[in-house]
Order: sequence, then structure tokens, then C-alpha cells
Amino acid sequence: MNEIKEIKEKADKGELIQYIVIKIDDEQYGINIKFIDNIVRMQQITRVPKVDAFLKGVINIRGEIVPVMSVRMKMGLSEDVITGASRIIILKTEAGDLVGIIVDQVNQVLTLNEKDIEKVRYDDKKGQGKVSYVSGVGHYDGGLVSILDLDAVVSEKESKEKASNAS
Amino acid sequence: MDVSQYLSVFLDEAKEHLQSLNDNIMVLEQDPENEDCINEIFRSAHSMKGMAGTMGYTRMQNLTHDMEDVFSDVRAGKIKIKSEMIDVLLQCLDAIQGYVDNITENQDEGTEEHQNIIKALADIRSGNSGATAAAPEAAPEASEPAESTSQTAEPGTDPASDYRAIKLDSSARTTLEEAKAQGKNVLGVTVHIQESCILKAARGFLVFKGIEEVGEIVVSEPNTQDIEDEKFDFSFSLVIITDESKEKIAEIVKAVSEVAGCECGEFDLEAEKAASEESAEPASAAATTAPAAVPTPEAAPSPAPAAGKAPAAGPAGGKKPLGKPVVNRTVRVDIEKLDVLMNLVSELIIAKNSLISAANTSGVSNGNVNEQIEYLESVTTNLHESVMKVRMVPIESVLQKFPRMIRDLNKTLGKKMELTMTGEDTEMDRTVVDEIGDPLMHLIRNSADHGIESADIRAQRGKPEVGQIFLHAFQDGNSVVIEVGDDGNGIDAEAVKNKAIEKGIVTPEQAALLTEKQCVELLFHPGFSTAKQVSEISGRGVGLDVVKSKVESLSGEVSVNTKLGSGSTWIIRLPLTLAIIQALMVIVGEEKYAIPLDSIQSIEDVSPSDLKLVENKEVINLRGSVTPIVRLNEVLDTESSKSPDDDMVVVIARKGDQQIGLVIDELMGQQEIVIKPLGKYTNKCKLISGATILGDGEIALILDTNSIF
Repeated sequence: MNEIKEIKEKADKGELIQYIVIKIDDEQYGINIKFIDNIVRMQQITRVPKVDAFLKGVINIRGEIVPVMSVRMKMGLSEDVITGASRIIILKTEAGDLVGIIVDQVNQVLTLNEKDIEKVRYDDKKGQGKVSYVSGVGHYDGGLVSILDLDAVVSEKESKEKASNAS
Repeated sequence: MDVSQYLSVFLDEAKEHLQSLNDNIMVLEQDPENEDCINEIFRSAHSMKGMAGTMGYTRMQNLTHDMEDVFSDVRAGKIKIKSEMIDVLLQCLDAIQGYVDNITENQDEGTEEHQNIIKALADIRSGNSGATAAAPEAAPEASEPAESTSQTAEPGTDPASDYRAIKLDSSARTTLEEAKAQGKNVLGVTVHIQESCILKAARGFLVFKGIEEVGEIVVSEPNTQDIEDEKFDFSFSLVIITDESKEKIAEIVKAVSEVAGCECGEFDLEAEKAASEESAEPASAAATTAPAAVPTPEAAPSPAPAAGKAPAAGPAGGKKPLGKPVVNRTVRVDIEKLDVLMNLVSELIIAKNSLISAANTSGVSNGNVNEQIEYLESVTTNLHESVMKVRMVPIESVLQKFPRMIRDLNKTLGKKMELTMTGEDTEMDRTVVDEIGDPLMHLIRNSADHGIESADIRAQRGKPEVGQIFLHAFQDGNSVVIEVGDDGNGIDAEAVKNKAIEKGIVTPEQAALLTEKQCVELLFHPGFSTAKQVSEISGRGVGLDVVKSKVESLSGEVSVNTKLGSGSTWIIRLPLTLAIIQALMVIVGEEKYAIPLDSIQSIEDVSPSDLKLVENKEVINLRGSVTPIVRLNEVLDTESSKSPDDDMVVVIARKGDQQIGLVIDELMGQQEIVIKPLGKYTNKCKLISGATILGDGEIALILDTNSIF
């Protein structure tokens, strides 16, 4: 929510924001660069027993234990297929905690003017399960990129849609 | 003057003085004639008065001033300590504590004047012969100059504050007489250091250094070692041999910063000799430097007790030896700085582990490398131990308030109780010590309130009239054990059970199956209080469960042994340190886990044929005790790499006096590990208490075996 508000404020000024464009499944997502602490190659993830399935475990980032979650599983997509292009993006939450998310690929850095980002409403029915993790859609050079709603991604809840799809 | 920067020092010192006052007043209650105590109280009150005055806390200053007055009368023998006085004094301490608490919270002492206490203190003094009226004013005033200028008329002048009072031993005198004969100057020097000086020892050292450049120090009072250890007030005296004039020496001494003043003069050997030999035979031999003759008179007169310590020739006759207790050479360090240091040590240990595993995997098994690695290992281990020790403080600081609490409880509960404590010097991590006070207080109150019976019942049961409450602290391997108990009523398991049923904590059916021990454990259940009526002391519904959760949050455990009619003992076991532990590394399935070594009893090889089933659960008979078996791979949702026919490796873990066997796949060995928090999201798993980073950068999770029981 905060991010939306922030984006709204910045949009009025027409501020430029850099996004890292990643690929999850077949879709491209942008992550505001200011929330990214680090991008690391896929490494061995130590499983933690008895936690939510989307939490893949913990990794060691410069001596700190950082939990890693699967965005795919959170979004209700299929299991991650780890390839040479897979990366773990280490996000820094507002509370200062580090959280890693697994992405299939990191494509590029994109600079978008806030005016080019179109807000997406949460109750967009076409969005199916994914929409609750997207806060907007950015236009660039004729392409489209969904802006990830990081608050929703790192929240401890799983996609409701996923639960209802499963049943 | 901006004094805020001194606030924390002030508060620390005020608390120390308060504690010392508390202790000494308690001692005084038992032994009203104890001069050491009276002096100590006077000194503490005096220091507090000074401190409060400096900081501008006038109300606190007034109160301590009145208290000091009372003790100056006591010291002068005008008042005898009586038990009513002790009560007033303790109230007075509480009031001062109140000020200190206020200051801690909002840097302001508050507005409470405590007129009643001031009046009570005044009454104590006026209750005496009228002659005291004016005297007390003079007494405290006199003591201040005593510290700074030493020009007191007291007959037994402290040699530290006046070189003229220094007593020589035979060898020193011989040296001095020889020097004098050679035409050198024998000077006495008394150095006064400013009372605000923080590093007295360093100033002392500089004075020594300066003088040694121009002469020789023959005698110092107190001796050099004590000066280095800051075991002196604010003055020390020297006897030196030099070619320089006394003015020059005084100049050298005064050049050292924070020296308030210096007296320098000819050291009169004849006068000293006369004084020290007093009644002994006239030292005719002394002039001709006959060492054999001197020791005889030397041994007889008053300085004799100190004769063993050569330079410290003992203070003048009659006065007790250097009154001030040994001042520790300490540095106050912010605990956060220590945390940073501890983290760095943790990182270093991880780096060391990485180096070891890197050396192993890259096949550098060159003897020299191994040697260096072993050396590094011993250095890091020592470093860790030292840092840990720095963080360790004696548990005393939390125990100190308990004797007073029991004394007060004696009155409020109308029971006769006595508290004995042992092991106050047991050391624990600072953070643990800070946290453990409340649980201990709760247990002691509990013993006082519920444990110790009323006098009638004790008489009926043939117990001594005075109830005993005890607290024993001791170190046991890598943990610290604190036992709190009493010789009172013990815990009635049936009553606990009925109460638990009544409160709906267990159903009657469940309750019927509980052993006596399990019933007693119900006491730790949240919202359980057996006190028939809520009393002021304990039994507010929050109770033992809070104790339990607090202890567990410190990675400790609490248990209870009780015998109905003869008392109960609560046993708290806490880890010595929180950040770095020794652990057994094990493999379960494909994964590595660390099990804290202090929760492990033993490691056993068990053949599958030894497994028995009891109530459909696997157990083994381990040297006569039936031990439940838990397959860790099942608990941890992973596949075991072993086939069911293989012999099993079983780690026997213990919790209190229960034990449990954990089946693992493989042992990796013992390792020093650094505990890291698991962080958000993943910390919901009760089985895992944290994680650690292994030498190769891999993460191993730390099993909390207590949660498996």
C-alpha cells in the first residue's frame, strides 16, 4: 500500500525510477531497485522443517541467515525449475529484514517515468491469482512490465486465489 | 554546568552505594557494634551526598546528609544502633532509591521531600544527650578536608596522606641513613590527587616516573602495587633519596596533571625512628647502621601486623588497616560495545572454521599450515572465552536485594524466615543476569508466601521456628544452576491437580493419568495460581508460568523437586553463554543439524532388535531406564539414508531428569558454533532454535531438543 502511495506521489512529479526486470514463469515483472539489497546466483538452500511450503529455506548472505521464498509457489504457479539463469533477489523490507525471492531470470534494468505506470486495481478479475502481487503495469518501448507489489510478495500470507484454485 | 554526561556514572555509583548501604545496614542489625560497617555506611552516605550535590539533586543531598549526620554521631559513639533506627534507615534508603529511580527515568529527582524520614533521622540524633547538637555539623565537614588536604589533627594520621606518619622498616632506614651520610637529600613527599581524577593509578605512575628521573623512591605508602591497582584514596606519600631540592621535587610532582597538591619536606629520620620505636629501647645501634639490632624493636610495636609487607609499614597505631575496601581496577563499558565485539569474534570463528575446511578440501595438508591453523584455533578459542568473560558478571548484583526482601516479608507475612545464599560469585552473561532477577524474586516470594508455614504449624510439625529459604547458585559444566528452595510445606500434588481440573486446564480423565511429578508441573501452566487468596506477595495469577517462559527465553529450563511437608526446591538451569556454544554436528537424511552439547547425555549405538514397543511407541532400555526413541528424520520430514536393519546411532538428550533418544543417521563431530537467529518467516518452527554457518559457508540448523520432549 505504501508503495502505491509513494508511486502516486512520485507520478505527480513525473519522477524517474529504476526497475530490475525479472522473469517469473512467462511474465516479466519489475522490482523497484531501491528495495533490492543484492542479487545472487542460485545456491544451496537449507531447508527449514515445518514451515509454509513457499518458504524454501535459508541461505547465508555475508554471514547473515536470510530466508528464501518461492514467488512461484506463492502465486500458485508450478514448482521452480532451477536453471543456470535462476537467481535469488535479496529484498530489504521496510523493517530492515532481508528476504530472498527466487526468480527464473533477471533481464535488464529499466528506467520508467512514473507517468508511464498504470495503476492496476486489486479486484481486477482478469488478473486471476496473480493480480494481488502486482501494483501496476509499466509501458516501455512498446512492451509491458508488471510492477511487483513487494509488500504483498513478502507478506506471510499465501495467495488466497491459490487456496481457492486448489479446492 | 552540564552534568548530563556524568549521569550514567552517577546512577551506577549511586546504585552501588545504595547496595552497599543496604548490605551494611543489614549487617549492622545483627551486629550493632561493627565499626567497619559503620565507617563504610558513613563513607557511602558521604559519597552519595557529594555526588547528589554535584549533580544538583538537592533533595537527595539533604536526605543523605541527614543520614550521614546520624552515622557521624554513631561513629563518634554518641548514638548506639537500635533496631528502630534500622527501620528508619531502611526507609531512608528506600527514599533515596526512589530518587535514583526517578532520576533514571526522567533525570529529575522528583519533588518528594521525605520530611517524615528527615524528622525521624533528626529524632534519632536528638534522642541523645544534648551535647551532640552542634557536633554533627562539624563532623562531616571535617571529613572532607581530611580527604583533600590531610591536615587533620587526628592523632593516628594515615601515612598515605602525610609522609610524616610513614613508618620505615629496617632495610629502608638503613638505605636512607646511608644516603644521608653521603650528603644526599632524604625527602618526604605527599601527593594529593584531585578527587575528580578518573585514572588515579596513571597519575601515580606519572609522579613515580617523574621522581625516578631525579632520585630514588625508597618507600611509598601505600605500596607501589596498591597504587598501581588504585587501592588508595586520593593521597599517597613517598620517601625519596635525591640530589635535588625539595622545591624542585614539588615542582616535578605538580607538573603532573590532576595533582591537587603536594607537600614536600625533609624526611626526619630521627623523629620517625622515635615514633616507630616508641616504648622500645632507644636505638643506639641505629646510627651505626647495624641491621641486626633494628629488627628486634621493629617487631614489637604497633606496626607489627604490616611487617610482612616491606614498604607498607602499616598505618599508625590503633587505627584499623586502610579502611577502604579494595577498589577494583575497572572500566565501565557500554554493553552494546561488547555486543559488537562479540559479533566480531563470532565472525572470526566462522572465518576460522572456513579456513579449516578450505585447507582440508584443497588438500593443503602441509604440516606448517596445520600448525598455524591449530594456533589460530587456540587463539580464537581464547579470544572468545575472554570476550565472554568480559560479559560475565557475578550473579551477586541481583541476589543482593533478596536479604532485604526477606526481612521485609518477615514483617508483612508475620512469619519468621531466614535466607541463606551461596554462590553469589557465580558468573553469568550480563544479559542473563539482567533478566533473571525477576524470576528469582518470584520464586523466593513464592517460597516465603506459600512454602514456609506459619509458626504454629511449624511447631506442630516439629520444625525449627525460623523457616529456612535458600538460594544456591553454582556452575555445572556449561550451565549455571540456581536452586531456590525452602524447608516449608512442599507442594500438594493433589491440591494442584484438583485446582487444575477446576480451572479447566486438564480434564478429570487426563488428571487421573498424571503422575505426581506431572501434577506439580501443572503449576507452570499459564493462569495457574494456587494461593487460596490473592496476597500482596504472590499469587496474582501471573506466576510460575512467567518464570518458566522467562527462563526458557534465556534458553534455560526450570524444574521443581518437592516433598509434601518438608519443602520444595526450584531448579533453574541456564546456559553460560548465549551466542557461541559447543555443539554436536549430526547428519539426518541429507541435512546437517547441530545439537547443543549441554543437552546431550550420551551417544549410543542401538541395534534395531533392542527396540521395544510401549503404548505403541518405540523405546529402548538404556542401562535400566526406559528411554523413548524419536526418529529425527520423521520429526524433520526428511528421508533417512539408513536402512531399517542397520544399527542406529542414538543421541541421548536430556531435559531436566527426563531423557529421550534421538535417532540420527551419522555423527560429524563436535564443533564450536555461532548461533544466528533464523529471522522472520522461518522462526515459527519450534524444533529449530537458530542456525549456524559452517566452515564451508553452508548453513546448519540448530535443533532445540527441549521441544521434542
